[in-house]
Amino acid sequence: MCDRCQKTLLLKALLTNLKLMNKVPLFPTGPIHKVEGTCIYLTGNDIDTDRIIPARFLKCISFDDLGKSVFADDRIEQKGLHPFDQIKNQKSSILLVDKNFGCGSSREHAPQALMRWGIRAIIGQSFAEIFYGNCLSIGIPCASISESCIKSLTKAIEFKPELLFTLDIDLEQIICEHQSWPLKIELGMREMLLSGKWDATTNLLQEKEQINRIKNSIPYINDFN
Amino acid sequence: MSSETLYDKIWDLHRVRELTGGSTQLFVGLHLIHEVTSPQAFSALEEKGLSVHSPDRTIATVDHIVPTTNQARPFADPLAEQMLQTLESNCKKSGIELFNLGSGYQGIVHVIAPEAGLTQPGMTVACGDSHTSTHGAFGAIAFGIGTSQVRDILASQTLTMKKLKVRRIFFDGELQKGVFAKDLILHVIQKLGVKDGVGFAYEFAGPAIKKLSMEERMTICNMAIEGGARCGYINPDQVTFDYLKGRRYSPKGANWDLAIKWWESLCSNESAIYDDEIKFNASEIAPTVTWGITPGQSIAINSTIPNPASLDPGEQQIALEAYQYMDLSPDRSIEGLPIDVCFIGSCTNGRLSDLQIAAKIAKGKKVAQGVKAFVVPGSEKVAQEAEAEGLDEIFRNAGFEWRKPGCSMCLAMNPDKLENDQISASSSNRNFKGRQGSSKGRTLLMSPAMVAAAAISGCVIDVRKLFC
Ligand code: SF4
Repeated sequence: MCDRCQKTLLLKALLTNLKLMNKVPLFPTGPIHKVEGTCIYLTGNDIDTDRIIPARFLKCISFDDLGKSVFADDRIEQKGLHPFDQIKNQKSSILLVDKNFGCGSSREHAPQALMRWGIRAIIGQSFAEIFYGNCLSIGIPCASISESCIKSLTKAIEFKPELLFTLDIDLEQIICEHQSWPLKIELGMREMLLSGKWDATTNLLQEKEQINRIKNSIPYINDFN
Repeated sequence: MSSETLYDKIWDLHRVRELTGGSTQLFVGLHLIHEVTSPQAFSALEEKGLSVHSPDRTIATVDHIVPTTNQARPFADPLAEQMLQTLESNCKKSGIELFNLGSGYQGIVHVIAPEAGLTQPGMTVACGDSHTSTHGAFGAIAFGIGTSQVRDILASQTLTMKKLKVRRIFFDGELQKGVFAKDLILHVIQKLGVKDGVGFAYEFAGPAIKKLSMEERMTICNMAIEGGARCGYINPDQVTFDYLKGRRYSPKGANWDLAIKWWESLCSNESAIYDDEIKFNASEIAPTVTWGITPGQSIAINSTIPNPASLDPGEQQIALEAYQYMDLSPDRSIEGLPIDVCFIGSCTNGRLSDLQIAAKIAKGKKVAQGVKAFVVPGSEKVAQEAEAEGLDEIFRNAGFEWRKPGCSMCLAMNPDKLENDQISASSSNRNFKGRQGSSKGRTLLMSPAMVAAAAISGCVIDVRKLFC
């Protein structure tokens, strides 16, 4: 191998490594027990998926660029005052919300956009069903919290935005240095997160034969198709 | 817990196994895919080295991003072109049938599957679009899914799901003249709210539902999701069978009789148990229009925009947000509100009967000055049939634009968009902030008849006044 080839190869390997390094810690993988980081609070009920990621950004064949467009319209409207634009929140990974967060469309672009912005867990009073499922399927825990707790929690971060929190899936708590708040994480979601089974595809394919048995027993596929 | 309902019967039939955490692995009988939510799913499959499990149970179409003026390839928008090309190559590689542009079968995914006879009673139907609930009109369990579930179904033809509760919504009486399926479902969402259906499948039943055509039933099930219910369904009956007879994918010959027998056996039993039941009287429903930023914020045309004091405390904040965004004040009537754009189309109301009724109102009249009005048929087939009846001519003569099929300004992923803070009268299903392509754009949802009437009058008007 000539010098140049060797150099190119080395460079390539280096690049892949860099890419991997960037990629590996980027998105959730395997069992998830805890999410750590600072919190960002977004107030308001019924925040729908069209607001999380306006439809014009859905024209993509990969999710890679969605992070920067999250809440695009709300952010334009609020001219830099939107929580997602405030400097103190730029490294936050735990999103606090109010009621019925993520209502609207079934598109996974919304949780994907949040995840690509940096969100790794969401705590709120309630979530829209499809959004909730979509979050789980990419390894973003959604935990519910009471109205009074979210009030005291947001007070704490208002007072000290750099406060570090640990969302403990097993204990169903969000914990900071001197304080903790109870959360509710549905048993199903908790088990899926803790076991790593939220990565559904692998799990579903375990019973391939049973799938085919069911397929072969369905009247509209077999009896009068 | 519900039992002996159509939902329970279909659920049991498709259950592969119980998973940890109270979820079920459910087999999907019909998987519909389109260009927006499938590309990432196909890439994920490739990354895992998996192939499509049941291409024979998967059908693709292109609808969300297609332009409705000039559909010549390549599209003017390179991103849209790239999305369609990706879908084409994914389908080709996996052996999935694609109802492509110009095939005569292309259109909005929830319009083309029923009209091809693909959607049938007893099926589980899934699609990466929340309005998949539409297919429940045939007595199927049909629900919207996210991209990772699209990936799961492509890989295994199954997905993880929690069983829903079943709420029966029973309608006595009969819809009055000038009141349509769209008004009925807007009324339900107004009364029950946009969250009340979370965790439920809605069974729509009663004499008022029985009288509806399949297209009207689809309008109702389509918007079940706007009431929070992931599925809405109606038990199959003679109306369902008559609609399906002779369609491209419907059972033929001796199979047809076998099919009917099975379909009839699926209906909810007399003795079925529901988790909840609610009653409405359809004859009390008036033409209904949304005034706010959620589909639940609607009023009867002859009433006034609610005062916050009259609302549930939980609804007040979003109402305040809505007055501000819509630039409307409480206690005013919605009738007479000037509009800028009229949009007739979408998977809610872009079928032949929707266009027929709108054309009846537009016939011999002119779109009011300064109003932009356009009609987007739900599918190539709807367009052909409408053109064969001369509906396109009626619309054009009245000053409407007659477009090519697609989702269009329902979500404005193509060039059809509101500008600035324009107000649209729209036959689609969502009035969320920015939904129709402008971050300040305002949407009033209503029946296609009401949209046509608004186009002619230049403002929101009770369609019953134009009917006589
Ligand atoms: S018409 Fe609207 S709601 Fe229906 S599939 Fe298209 S974008 Fe979705």
